[in-house]
Amino acid sequence: MNNDTIYALSTVAGKSGVAVFRISGPAALQAVRRLTALDIARLQPRYAYFAALYDLEGRQADKGLVLYFKAPASFTGEDIVEIHSHGSKAVIACLLENLGNIEGFRLAEPGEFSKRAFYNGKMDLTEAEGLADLIDSETREQQKYALRQMNGELKNLYDGWREKLVEILAYLEAYIDFPDEELPDDLVSRLENTVFKVADEIDGHLRQSSCGERLREGFRVVILGEPNAGKSSLLNALAKREAVIVSDIAGTTRDAVDVYMDINGYPVIFTDTAGLRETQEQIERRGIEIAYDKAKNADLVIALLNGENVNLLPFVDIEKEYKNNMLYVVNKSDKLSKEQCSFLSDKAYTLISAKYQQGIDVLLQKISTRIAEEFTASSGALITRRRYREILNDVFKDLQRFNLHKSIELAAEDIRLAARNIGKITGRIEVDEILDKIFGSFCIGK
Amino acid sequence: MHIKNHYNVIVVGGGHAGCEACAAAARTGAETLLITHKIATIGEMSCNPAVGGLGKGHLVREIDALDGLMGRVIDRAGIQFRMLNMSKGPAVRGPRAQADRELYRKYMLQALQEQDNLEIVEAAVEGLLFANERAAGVVLADGTNITADAVVLTTGTFLNGIMFTGHQTSIGGRVDDVSCAGITPCLNARQLRLGRLKTGTPARLDGRTINWQILDRQHGDEVPHPFSYLTERISNPQIDCFVTHTNLNTHRIIRDNFSKCALFSGLIKGVGPRYCPSIEDKLVKFADRESHQIFLEPEGLSTDVVYPNGISTSLPADVQEAFIHTIKGLEDVKILRYAYAIEYDYVDPQELDCCLQLKKVPGLFLAGQINGTTGYEEAAAQGLLAGVNAALCAEGRGREFIIDRSEAYIGVMVDDLITKGVDEPYRMFTSRSEYRLHLRADNADLRLTAAGREVGCVGKLRWHCFEQKRKQIAVLRDLADQLQIKPSELDRHGIKNKKDGTRRTAFNLMSYDDVSRETILKIWPQLSEYSADVYEEVEIEAKYAGYIKRQLADIEVFKKDEKLKIRDDIDYSKIGGLSNEMVIKLSRIRPATIGAASRISGVTPAAVMAILGYLKK
Repeated sequence: MNNDTIYALSTVAGKSGVAVFRISGPAALQAVRRLTALDIARLQPRYAYFAALYDLEGRQADKGLVLYFKAPASFTGEDIVEIHSHGSKAVIACLLENLGNIEGFRLAEPGEFSKRAFYNGKMDLTEAEGLADLIDSETREQQKYALRQMNGELKNLYDGWREKLVEILAYLEAYIDFPDEELPDDLVSRLENTVFKVADEIDGHLRQSSCGERLREGFRVVILGEPNAGKSSLLNALAKREAVIVSDIAGTTRDAVDVYMDINGYPVIFTDTAGLRETQEQIERRGIEIAYDKAKNADLVIALLNGENVNLLPFVDIEKEYKNNMLYVVNKSDKLSKEQCSFLSDKAYTLISAKYQQGIDVLLQKISTRIAEEFTASSGALITRRRYREILNDVFKDLQRFNLHKSIELAAEDIRLAARNIGKITGRIEVDEILDKIFGSFCIGK
Repeated sequence: MHIKNHYNVIVVGGGHAGCEACAAAARTGAETLLITHKIATIGEMSCNPAVGGLGKGHLVREIDALDGLMGRVIDRAGIQFRMLNMSKGPAVRGPRAQADRELYRKYMLQALQEQDNLEIVEAAVEGLLFANERAAGVVLADGTNITADAVVLTTGTFLNGIMFTGHQTSIGGRVDDVSCAGITPCLNARQLRLGRLKTGTPARLDGRTINWQILDRQHGDEVPHPFSYLTERISNPQIDCFVTHTNLNTHRIIRDNFSKCALFSGLIKGVGPRYCPSIEDKLVKFADRESHQIFLEPEGLSTDVVYPNGISTSLPADVQEAFIHTIKGLEDVKILRYAYAIEYDYVDPQELDCCLQLKKVPGLFLAGQINGTTGYEEAAAQGLLAGVNAALCAEGRGREFIIDRSEAYIGVMVDDLITKGVDEPYRMFTSRSEYRLHLRADNADLRLTAAGREVGCVGKLRWHCFEQKRKQIAVLRDLADQLQIKPSELDRHGIKNKKDGTRRTAFNLMSYDDVSRETILKIWPQLSEYSADVYEEVEIEAKYAGYIKRQLADIEVFKKDEKLKIRDDIDYSKIGGLSNEMVIKLSRIRPATIGAASRISGVTPAAVMAILGYLKK
């Protein structure tokens, strides 16, 4: 039977009360071993265990229920593990990501659990009767997701890559299958660049649309500002709870401090940082370095200014770098005159008073608009996107293996696998398609 | 010769499909009769005088692995051997040979005459006998009935064959041969779907009138590679071929006469193969090319006939005279026979099961061009498969010989034919196989001989040789893992290495592109005890290691779906969730397995699951 272990989110992707992950295959128990602290040797089948869920680095992701169904007494007839977590997008993304990183695990194909159940003779009569409809609806749903994901840009992008690869493959195949024909001499060598270009584009695409990672890690908002600008107070105001220590002694927050929040359904991590100022104190200087570092990797930087003493100096250097994702916020608006306030508003500064909870809603609105913009650019069904990402990762690996120093049939094999993999997203690749290209492009045949 | 009135298997047609079919049926133990129009044209190479090539050479090796004839015969009749793609990797190397046509016929006939269980008779079959659903024998032109348990039709281009030279048509299956009109009505009566295909053959030239001196030579290989695993060496003297080109003048003459060409005037309705285009086809499709290459291939050691490979045409004789004389080296050539196109009946191969038996007519097997294929090798491979299965059918013990896509190009071809049908004559390419790195010319015996032995078509001698080789490979494979060398010693042999202190095995070294076989043999002289083909097998395994592993994993998945058989009596209209179009398609093709069903175009995974669900009920 199958050696690989498959996993999938069995509940609807997106925000929900509970999310259920199903893992089936010989290594299913590895999910328990790697993601929980439960002792798998003592795990009783068909018992529910309440346990903390960790990612592979040992950071806690959630708490949830773990159930184990021992083969063959399971839906698929293989070992099955079910994990019930909270249905937050961030948790779902985190667990999917980490399941995918366990050796021998891969995301299930649509309908694959049922297929395995079927192969293992686990379907009883009533299930068999309903199977066709069930599977049908499953793929229809899949297709709906796929369509949503793929209308417009993305579809064109994927089709474009595949088209290029099929063309390259046609050239390679012509070169292999018709050695006696008069093919252009540079035929093969000029292909290499095209392949590298496609690989680069896929790589860029994988890096750029990191919606999945965002959902796992949260949208990063870093608060930068001088000591006592009120960064920690702002954070508290945002969180409406005492999440970080606030004090009047400048330099209290030496390390970056993370606070997780839910803003309009999006996971957001606010990072409070050490106050920016000239200092000789070593630990504090290190803290400031960390602050700039964090800002560099942030999706949004809040430049927090002290209304009592507006000083843009600390941001002059970094402004250019963050042009589009910096938000200037002036705190302590309660200490400012009306004229000062309207002057600053006109300059597109956001005015708040962390202490009196003023302007916080406006700020939240601005933040969530930024995030929404980011996410609408890559909205869609989580699970299908994961699938695309996984597939594109494979495609990228295939293309990375490609070079023309190795035997040409192996190079062709790399391209064939890559094209076939993209075909899993956009439709199947047929031999006839390649042959059509060969005969369309070259005069072949004696 | 005295003909009995009943045989286990009757094979109709003595071309490449028919020869393999009758020999294979006889080897498998059936009392077999081969009926042919002319014993003198058994094994005739009606078109180009060559066997093998990419994909095709693979097929010949597979035929040979199943103890078929083609490989052994071409080894005896070949006059120029070339291993194509020698500069590329082992999976895409294909053996090819020019044949002496006369020798090929001679040795093929000899092989058939030496075959036990086989009788040959010269006669025309003009009808088929049926007993209810089943095929029951043939009717000869003189009215004689001969009954059989199974019949194999390998009619080539002879079913309602019409030849075209310009607007002139003549009836016949080949120049100087008659056509066969009696079989098509029998097939029509069984509600089989028939169609028309076309192919063509170029003019033949008198070599004595070619100006060879000014033409480029194409040599054969220094050391010819035989096709057959049983052939030790090639003993025929070897010849050269020559290359010339068409030119603008040639093209102008052909263009000026397009209206006289049967193909463009609409006279020919059949579809021709794209990879064997006529010269007029090439001019239309690649209008900007200023010349096309032509290979001049001598047809034998004792003949002056030359085959000009690359200028097949259906233009009239006077135009052929005009354009051929514009070609370099052919200015004064004497044309011995004009080119012609031929159109013939074929049966939609979707009517066949994977044993090449008609689903509507049990006991009736088809092989070769009648199934919509082109090429001697494609025909022979089908012939062998049909012959073995006809013998098993006659045996009546329910045995079948099935070769799937993951095992051989034969399997790829049969699966393509029966699940996809054809819209042009089907020819084999290596790119048709998704398991190309596994389906190689060098390992055809490892892939097929054991299966052939089990079914009974592989004889003792071959089996013995094969077992020896297989054992040797296993021993060498183990040894290659055991033999180790230290990095310091690698340096001594001039082999670049990482100096990481790790010992390398002989198997490791074999996988390095920059380490030659000679170097490895110098390090471990004991490895030279193994024959070149044994060594090659292990070497290829090393070089392809990662890729082969992945393909074998793919094959395992594929096999699983192939094991899920679909019952013959399945009623697709009763399955919920299938569209009408899908029901019609599936009912027509009637795939034998879930895997085959999934390869039919337009059949979705959801539909496959619906079928699975229904079957389980």
